Amino acid sequence: MTPVPSVDWWVSVIESLVVINLVLATFAYLTLAERKVMARMQLRYGPNRAGPYGLLQPIADLLKLLFKESFNPAAAIDWLYILAPFLAAFTALATFSVIPFGPGWVIGGVYVPGQVANVSIGLILIFALGSIGIYGFIVGGWASDSKYALLGSMRTCAQLVSYEVSLALSVLGVVIMAESLRLSDIVAAQADTVWYAVPQFVGLVVFLLAGTAETARAPFDLPEAEQELVAGYHTEYGGMRFGLFTMSEYINLITLSALCITLFLGGWHGIVWDGPSWVAPLWFIGKLVVILYVFIWMRTTLPRLRYDQLMRFGWKVLLPVATLNAVVTALLVVWL
Amino acid sequence: MPQPIDTFKGFAVTFRQIFRKPITQQYPDYKRAVYPRFRGRHRLHTHENGLEKCVGCSLCAAACPADCIRVVAAENTPEHRVSAGERYARIYEINMSRCIFCGYCELACPFDAITLGNEFEISEYSRDDLVYTKDMLLAEPIKRVPVADSALFDTPIPAYKRDS
Repeated sequence: MTPVPSVDWWVSVIESLVVINLVLATFAYLTLAERKVMARMQLRYGPNRAGPYGLLQPIADLLKLLFKESFNPAAAIDWLYILAPFLAAFTALATFSVIPFGPGWVIGGVYVPGQVANVSIGLILIFALGSIGIYGFIVGGWASDSKYALLGSMRTCAQLVSYEVSLALSVLGVVIMAESLRLSDIVAAQADTVWYAVPQFVGLVVFLLAGTAETARAPFDLPEAEQELVAGYHTEYGGMRFGLFTMSEYINLITLSALCITLFLGGWHGIVWDGPSWVAPLWFIGKLVVILYVFIWMRTTLPRLRYDQLMRFGWKVLLPVATLNAVVTALLVVWL
Repeated sequence: MPQPIDTFKGFAVTFRQIFRKPITQQYPDYKRAVYPRFRGRHRLHTHENGLEKCVGCSLCAAACPADCIRVVAAENTPEHRVSAGERYARIYEINMSRCIFCGYCELACPFDAITLGNEFEISEYSRDDLVYTKDMLLAEPIKRVPVADSALFDTPIPAYKRDS
């Protein structure tokens, strides 16, 4: 265990502001990148009207959502209906705070850590905040008092609860090997030995599949199956409240990709060459782009699963494999 | 039964498309030529001497399945001669918000007075503006859409029909 240096509170405040804004910018351009990449894979151009190559499209979308009327159904339960998107967006943003994106720097005699909050239970914190975020989706759908929203939130609930088990079990192997829940320790342990994508390959695959389901992305996008449920739990939301739900979904995806990098792909370390410490965030961003591209690629390629297929895959395939992986890893770590 | 190899083949298929040119036609910037027989906005025609071909017989209105044509006829007089026939259309209106562009009016017309042109960009901000009066239909329409050369599309008359 490396000792954790103390950090001035104002450094944390400034760093968190910078990180939040960077994550939001990533979210904005992820939506554009997704539409562009998907369009090219379907022999279309994608958005290309707002600014050169459609680069101002996210800003146009944001302005449109901001200036829309904040409509709510008469039967909706007011304060829960309003609270739900904020809860979802808050937990999504808060989760990113424990992800390490660099080794930490000393700038002008002040120590700037490589993540906003270096807590000893970082991994548990991520899963805990993720579980609270699910309440945003469930409560939002229920408080809308609409059958589509309710069915959507029931599906979200069932899917997220089912796949969260596999997701948590898939990272257990990493935790056992690194002997720590602190994410910076896990990154350091990978730099010392080998990236956990190699010994924990099964864990990586399970993590990616369960993560896709956890963020409700195609082919596991049943919670918002447009053809059946209009839009799922946020059917009755419009304007920036809908924007907050979308934002939380995309930021959850970014966080999940960042977590995947941290746990399996060596975090901010370079592939063969680490470079000076300021290069570390660039390595991190580069890996993030690749993982996000894979998610978009998966969305264009695979058709949506049927509900029974989803449940069967989650409980009968993913969960046993994840459990077996964790048990085998534990046995090997103890015996070797 | 899941087939992992086929799934990865699918990934290869989607990836390959990135390097191909999109087939999108960027519509307002690029307007593809319409076919010469494309049924667009109507036109009313006149003879070379300036008289209208329409004689106000209302056969087009009778043929119209959408009931969007309104014709009110009046008698031609020697002082006020509008059409080549006995009567002329005092009012000739087509409600474009109802028209389905079937071309039955064209077929019904005994004098080829009404035909369907090639213009399809006829959106308006108000429904009232979509009611086309006789003057609008007689006027030369603004050419907004290129029309393909009819020689490219017209099928030659087959030999067995040519002699008759």
